[in-house]
Amino acid sequence: MITAEQKPIQEIIQYIAPYGRILLVGCNECVTVCAAGGRKEVGLLASALHLNSLKQGKTIDIKEITLERQCDPEYVEELAPYIDGADAVLSMACGCGVQTVAGRYKKSPVFPAVNTRFMGASLGQGVWAERCKGCGDCVLGITGGICPVARCSKHLLNGPCGGTSNGQCEISPDVDCAWRLIWERLKALGMENRYEDLMNAKDWRPGGAGGPGKIIREDLAQ
Amino acid sequence: MNTESRLEKILASGALAVTSECGPPRGARPEKVKEKAALLKDHVDGINVTDNQTAMVRMSSFAAGIIIKQMGLDPIMQMVSRDRNRLAMQSDIIGAYAFGINTMLCLSGDHAKFGDHPMAQGVFDIDSVQMINMVRRMRDEETFQGGAKIDGAPKMFIGAAANPFADPFELRVMRLAKKIKAGVDFIQTQCIFNLDKFEEWMKGVTDRGLDEKVHILAGITPMKSVGMARYMKNKVPGMDIPDAVIKRLEGVSKEQQPEEGIKMAVESIERIKEIKGVHGFHIMAIEWEEKVPQIVEQAGLYPRPKV
Repeated sequence: MITAEQKPIQEIIQYIAPYGRILLVGCNECVTVCAAGGRKEVGLLASALHLNSLKQGKTIDIKEITLERQCDPEYVEELAPYIDGADAVLSMACGCGVQTVAGRYKKSPVFPAVNTRFMGASLGQGVWAERCKGCGDCVLGITGGICPVARCSKHLLNGPCGGTSNGQCEISPDVDCAWRLIWERLKALGMENRYEDLMNAKDWRPGGAGGPGKIIREDLAQ
Repeated sequence: MNTESRLEKILASGALAVTSECGPPRGARPEKVKEKAALLKDHVDGINVTDNQTAMVRMSSFAAGIIIKQMGLDPIMQMVSRDRNRLAMQSDIIGAYAFGINTMLCLSGDHAKFGDHPMAQGVFDIDSVQMINMVRRMRDEETFQGGAKIDGAPKMFIGAAANPFADPFELRVMRLAKKIKAGVDFIQTQCIFNLDKFEEWMKGVTDRGLDEKVHILAGITPMKSVGMARYMKNKVPGMDIPDAVIKRLEGVSKEQQPEEGIKMAVESIERIKEIKGVHGFHIMAIEWEEKVPQIVEQAGLYPRPKV
């Protein structure tokens, strides 16, 4: 999923300070799962903003809506009845959602209430870790199911570097060395010899170096 | 012989090679490069010029390498994949070669986290193994990494690093094999303090006959003080400092520690000379370049052969 974290409240307050009527929009997808911008967080943020207004001796009108999917025009359309009644939109979706809303409602200022972080997986209650860089040319099939692009701090395709200490990455004892993990997996699978296959320099175009990514499925596109 | 590199000629002659290193200054002070290089000039076959080591901004290894080359000496230009993409690397390599720099070292580089610009985006377009392969193809196939022909190919003698002490240990010989497959000519190892482990690694290297495919220069660093030894043990990634090293330095007075550190370095060289497959030494006297001649002399590696 795409992970996100709520922005510092002061930054959010600064964005919306000039406005009295706010449309606060959550998303029911990834940001709900990572507890950053779902229905519950929309409610909590609305309360915090109300409280802040009261402290300032002001009032603020906040309309709360959580869309099924904020990166999908079909659902973003549901904001249409409310948009004219708001001075600004505060989005709790990832950057994809914020931009879909901004692209649809061109006259409304749209502000992000979260920082989009990475594509990750849940490691347990309240813990998410980066697992994919979206490089567009998946190597997991030759690295034992562990991604060196996302999980090696230097994206080494022929690692490990010389900085590994006690099986951990040189940047922190809390970060596993991806190549230690790859090696352990290859051993467990009886594929040790695969390690010595040279991995060629990567073509970064599908992952963004070739310009903003776009997929057009001819069979589906209208 | 693939190149005009003095280091290649020394190694081809069968003599034990000696290299050392010089960290460029953190400012536009060419005289500092010259001072350091002058300290080393008669006692080594090549001078590594580090590339923003520990991710601190310094004069580029390319520029400092030219200064050393213009002194009539032999720079070994280090290049890390952290700071350059493949375009910048290749243009610097042909630029350096145009100035007579014919020996280089391909490295990943310390993570930016360790330096004075921890907020920087690391490039890591290609890794050190891919860099070796790129430089070899530039030399032998006269083509750029992208496939186009080079008009005036740089003939670099290609080095890389190896750390026999990093985890997982069992992967470290295979990692060397990978660099050999990519086309590396010589290896400079991480500083060796755990000689038993180094011997074990070298046994793995010679058992596979890898010592016949690559020249291994053993990394030697003299300890200036017990404080330095403790710092390296606890703070420097991938470093293996046995307690015995620290105990020995603790056993002499503070004033005597530098001399003891040099003695230990010389003893290490003497022992490592006996290890099959070692073709030379890379002496990294960190901000202590003036001691390199003494170490080289006491280790019986002086005078340097003429080639």
